[in-house]
Amino acid sequence: MTDATDTPIHLTPLSETHRELGARLIEFGGWLMPVQYGSIIEEHRTVRERVGLFDLSHMGELYVEGPEAGPALAAALVSDPPRLTVGRAGYSMICMPSGGIIDDLIVYRLGETSFLVVANAGNAAIVSDALAERLTGFKAVLDDRSLATGLLAVQGPLAVEVLAPLTDVDLAALRYYAAAEGHVAGIPGLVARTGYTGEDGFEIFVDTAQTEALWQALLPAVRAAGGQPIGLGARDTLRLEAGMPLYGNELDLDTNPFEAGLGRVVKLDKPGEFVGRAALEKVARDGPARRLVGLIVEGRGIARHGYPVWSGERRIGVVTSGTQSPTLGVPIAMAYVAPADAEPDTVVEIEIREARVPARVVAMPFYRRET
Amino acid sequence: MVPTDLRYTKDHEWVRVDGESATIGITAYAADQLGDIVFVELPEAGRTLEQFATFGVVESVKAVSDLFTPVSGEVTEANPDLAASPELVNSDPYKGGWMIRVRLADPTQVDDLLDAAAYDALVVAG
Repeated sequence: MTDATDTPIHLTPLSETHRELGARLIEFGGWLMPVQYGSIIEEHRTVRERVGLFDLSHMGELYVEGPEAGPALAAALVSDPPRLTVGRAGYSMICMPSGGIIDDLIVYRLGETSFLVVANAGNAAIVSDALAERLTGFKAVLDDRSLATGLLAVQGPLAVEVLAPLTDVDLAALRYYAAAEGHVAGIPGLVARTGYTGEDGFEIFVDTAQTEALWQALLPAVRAAGGQPIGLGARDTLRLEAGMPLYGNELDLDTNPFEAGLGRVVKLDKPGEFVGRAALEKVARDGPARRLVGLIVEGRGIARHGYPVWSGERRIGVVTSGTQSPTLGVPIAMAYVAPADAEPDTVVEIEIREARVPARVVAMPFYRRET
Repeated sequence: MVPTDLRYTKDHEWVRVDGESATIGITAYAADQLGDIVFVELPEAGRTLEQFATFGVVESVKAVSDLFTPVSGEVTEANPDLAASPELVNSDPYKGGWMIRVRLADPTQVDDLLDAAAYDALVVAG
């Protein structure tokens, strides 16, 4: 591991813009990012009720292209990217031979022989290296355009209303987990109907030199719809309510996809070898050793990452994420627990400082938008 | 400028002295730094606190922080409104967002705390 102080912090093209908007900036995944512009709870509610604008320039964009790009990704990842039709996207993971998760990803099929793999900021370099290695022997090349690509997201029930007048992409025809090349405010880019908030919304990939112009075009439209810029603080509470995992909290090298409740992502029926297959087949056969569950805290206190979970005198697991849910008004959490304690309505106890606070296992997501 | 009738700690708590009674809370600067406060855990009446000891915790959306008492004394009351309305700490930190009252064990401790001008200087210096 390199010492954090040796690693330069990347600025997004918008770092100064965020500062001028009053944002509090923090280091996240090697990038200087806005955590909040004002109140996190207000930003959260704005996305649930109207629309928000996010700078996600920290995410990693890895392009894999060539006649064997599909088979190469099928061998490198747990999902089956060749099965995606052109213009569609799929949630995926890259695992180690042990089945441990290196990162969770979204794979977009841009063309017959062209894919975009989007990795988390903090893992982008590791995923880039691992993919480069795993492409060896395939007629496919990796082009890491993380630093050359800007990414903004428009998320919330009014996202279509905000974006439609600004783009030549037919948003009505763009399904969830689909993407199309087009223009937004005259700027060429890739418009994807993906997100990390539990709301309808879009992610727009552009050349990094255009990020500022795109932001300046989108922000007035977002504001006119009663929206505002949204920081990583609300992004975290939004994804938590939506039951979506965060790498470093729910997912890591010691966790396999089945434990995280994401076994459906692992395509064991696909042809050929892929990294992690043997280990993951075993987990699929034997069942995971622990399971990710949703918890609603029923006593007083907020469960946080790392807090132990108990059932009587048995320590059964640990909290991975927790917060006060702005939408539900109660403390919510995710935790890994023993499979026997993972059924909905099981009552467990969370150790919060010196106290044991009761919590109930619930099915996730905590929040599901009305469709 | 922060209220001039209060004394302050470097940890951003304030204390208002009224005879033998001291009311304690956190400053507007502290509340703003924490962000939206969603939970406050306070001691029950009767507990004895030593100066600068932890008396509770305040939780924002993002993080949990300890609370330190500026003075020694016995807790006589904890703000009952904060259980249902922890956001009072953000919106009204010096009045409605007060946290505990203590019976002062040693009134001279107050003299060693920061006055408003000194606390302001501390915040400006970051």
